[in-house]
Amino acid sequence: MTSAHKQPNYIGVFWWLLALTILEVGAIFLPIARFLIAILLVGMALSKAALVAMYFMHLKFERRTLGLIAITPLVLCLLLVFALLPDLSATAHRSTGPAQAPATSH
Amino acid sequence: MSQVAALHTAVEPAESPLTPESWGKLGMWIFLAGDAMSFGALLAGYGALRYGSADWPLPSKVLGVGLTAFMTFLLICSSVTMVLALAAIQRGDQRGLRKFLSLTVLGGVMFLGMQAYEWTHLIHDGLTLTGNPFGAVLFGTTFFIITGFHGAHVTGGVIYLSCYLIQALRGRLGQGSANAIEIAALYWHFVDLVWILVFTFVYLL
Repeated sequence: MTSAHKQPNYIGVFWWLLALTILEVGAIFLPIARFLIAILLVGMALSKAALVAMYFMHLKFERRTLGLIAITPLVLCLLLVFALLPDLSATAHRSTGPAQAPATSH
Repeated sequence: MSQVAALHTAVEPAESPLTPESWGKLGMWIFLAGDAMSFGALLAGYGALRYGSADWPLPSKVLGVGLTAFMTFLLICSSVTMVLALAAIQRGDQRGLRKFLSLTVLGGVMFLGMQAYEWTHLIHDGLTLTGNPFGAVLFGTTFFIITGFHGAHVTGGVIYLSCYLIQALRGRLGQGSANAIEIAALYWHFVDLVWILVFTFVYLL
């Protein structure tokens, strides 16, 4: 059991999560490019997720086996995004390209 | 120790890097990894549909960010009370276990109540699975499927934790049940972790 390790400072983690949530909501009103806001938001969301996984789910104190299990879906999701990229670029090309004649049914 | 047992320990070490401290915990982690893939696929699909749409509305203009930020705060609080409930049972504090487990369940119920309130308002405004007066129809479809799938997980978590709460109130959860509570806590924190990502990708981006 994980009780063997020293208890993390749960209240400290809570304050970090709260602060990041407030910063996230504030970030959407920043007068900067949407792309930069997106980078900020994704960075803060991943930091919050990591805090929950490492301290609340005790991944920081667990064996490497559990860490590998936890990281597997992240890797697979990244692969999924890369697999979708050709479709995304095709869709973007269609929406920005010249208008096509509507398909006729026979 | 018998001769066979002595031979067995000599051949097979008691623990290897792959031997978990708790098979139940390992099982829960494997389940959560599979579940994370479901959410990952939904969010990747959401991103693909949004990127390919010319009239996707800006979510923060359509959805209530203030309310959902408070819902995020509520789930974070319930995660804290869950770890405090686990710490309480590990040190044999029955009163603390009952108090923090009750607060965790209350947090989950309040979250579901607010989600129902949010959905009711959005549906009243015309946003449904098949309709969206603010732009792309698939915005409504993806919104209700992703938040609904997460809401179903919260409902499952509330039922799961309520079963333990009833046992705790009857005095049937001793220090020996700490592992079971830890496994339930893993599920609850996962629900919180997923909401953190849903909040960012569906509401804020």
